[in-house]
Amino acid sequence: MPIKKEDVTWVEEPTIGFWEASFLPAIVEGLKTTIGHVVNYKSVTEQYPEQKPNLPLHYRGLHRLNKDEQGRVRCVACFMCSTACPANCIDIVAQDAPPDWPDRDKFPKTFVIDELRCIYCGMCEEACPCDAIELTHIYDHTGFTRDDMRFDKIKLLEVFEQTKNDPKDPVRTHRGKLGVASDFADLPTLAPATSVAGNDRAAQAPTSGVIKK
Amino acid sequence: MAELITTVITIAVVLGGTLGACSYLIYVERKLSAFMQDRVGPNRVGPYGLFQPLADGLKFLLKEDIIPDHVDKVMFLIAPTISVFTTLLAFSVVPFGDVAADLEIGGYKALRFIIAPGIDIGIVFIFAVTSLAVYGVILGGWASNNKYSALGSLRASAQVVSYEIPLGMSVLGIALMTGSLNLETILLKQAVSILDWNIWYQPLACLIFFTAALAESNRMPFDLPECEQELVGGYHTEYSALKFALFFLGEYTHVITVSFLTAILFFGGWHFPGIAEVNSAYPGVTFVKLAVLMAKVLSVVIFIMLLRWTIPRFRFDQLMGLAWKVMIPLSLVNVVAVMTIKQFQFSLWWLLPISAAMFGAAGAIGVAAKQAELNSREPVASH
Repeated sequence: MPIKKEDVTWVEEPTIGFWEASFLPAIVEGLKTTIGHVVNYKSVTEQYPEQKPNLPLHYRGLHRLNKDEQGRVRCVACFMCSTACPANCIDIVAQDAPPDWPDRDKFPKTFVIDELRCIYCGMCEEACPCDAIELTHIYDHTGFTRDDMRFDKIKLLEVFEQTKNDPKDPVRTHRGKLGVASDFADLPTLAPATSVAGNDRAAQAPTSGVIKK
Repeated sequence: MAELITTVITIAVVLGGTLGACSYLIYVERKLSAFMQDRVGPNRVGPYGLFQPLADGLKFLLKEDIIPDHVDKVMFLIAPTISVFTTLLAFSVVPFGDVAADLEIGGYKALRFIIAPGIDIGIVFIFAVTSLAVYGVILGGWASNNKYSALGSLRASAQVVSYEIPLGMSVLGIALMTGSLNLETILLKQAVSILDWNIWYQPLACLIFFTAALAESNRMPFDLPECEQELVGGYHTEYSALKFALFFLGEYTHVITVSFLTAILFFGGWHFPGIAEVNSAYPGVTFVKLAVLMAKVLSVVIFIMLLRWTIPRFRFDQLMGLAWKVMIPLSLVNVVAVMTIKQFQFSLWWLLPISAAMFGAAGAIGVAAKQAELNSREPVASH
């Protein structure tokens, strides 16, 4: 369909005056900008290893596997997370729970997350019915081999020990009603990802009705 | 024999000074550009990154020196050396202090402030030698046997051939006014008072000279021979390690030479009223003169660096247009104006308004041409 004539605005090239043709004002203006930056130098660089970044509150980092009050792994090996995982990076082998664990049928014999395949989408956390798997703020996990980055149950439980007292953790991706086994009935509003002006729409709560009080 | 030793010492000092200055100017440029872009710049090697040039030099020395299979080996190796050699050679006639006063240590002449004193064709020599530097670029681009390098060097040759003319012609006015091509004489002629600096009589020539010299040294905004977006790396695409460093060094030495020439030809060299005059005689005046000249040179260098991050690169036809349609006619008219003033013994001060008038006329012609071009365009199909 051709564009209608009334939809087209013709813009004339602005006429060029004497000073514009000499290029000098443009050069002076440019020099003002560059010199202004040199004189009024304010670096925006973050000196990373010395200076840690301020992550947004909903930053999704390394996973952790939570423990309950008795120090047992919370996971009941239901495979919900590995089913939800779009990257297929969670590998669980289930085992029957010992008889003295009356609250569950199974627990994970092995629980391995390939952190190199993971896309940190947080869907495992959303899928988990018993708040066993959660994402934390840890962003600098590295390894020398691919195997190092395959985090098993022991390592994931260690991450829990590391982060259980950090007020920033856990990161809650899921909003609204949580699973029946969850500790939380509802979750607080997410803080904005970056600092924005108060009247900015991004600073407001997400769409109404998502969080049920 | 004593003369020979003095010369050798002077050469050593100049070479060492220039190369050291080059490496630290690169540091200054990196820091400056970082400040302009709200970054930090090199800050890892030593306090404030002050040892960065040393680390860079070491890296250039130790890197693998790749010579691709398909290159013309002899020319490939010669090219960067020509580039450095010629630009350094130009320094031999540049006075870097008060040439009349030798630095004496214990009654023995230790240092002269010019390598080759009394060269009466100083400016011609500098222009001849520095324009040879483009041979390095052309040979490098040709020997690389790579179309991007070849295109880069073709651009370089076209650019240098074009800008050589306004460069030489803008200085012709000064040569006529001074009656000499000797840099020392030109400097001394200005060292009377601040009103004798050539900038007052030849402001337009200064502008043309500075612009053409920037183009000669392939610096932004005239770095078309190496513009990354179009030509990968230009003529030094195939160069690595020390050979690339030599090209880089050549370019930077050229910038220093250009700054020296601008300071000496137009801004009175080491002369500064009250501090460094011809007849000022206090202990250490030689060093003050040296410092004044270096300060002037450094300000020009920093101005060049500022320009690099201020003005975007020219399009090639604009580059050629600037040289052939604007700067060559203007410098020609400038020479005619100086000749007229000298012939009829008018006051040299007439040159100041004449320069302004020439600049105005050029601008008016530019505007008129642009407007004529706009008017002659096909009118847009109107609604």
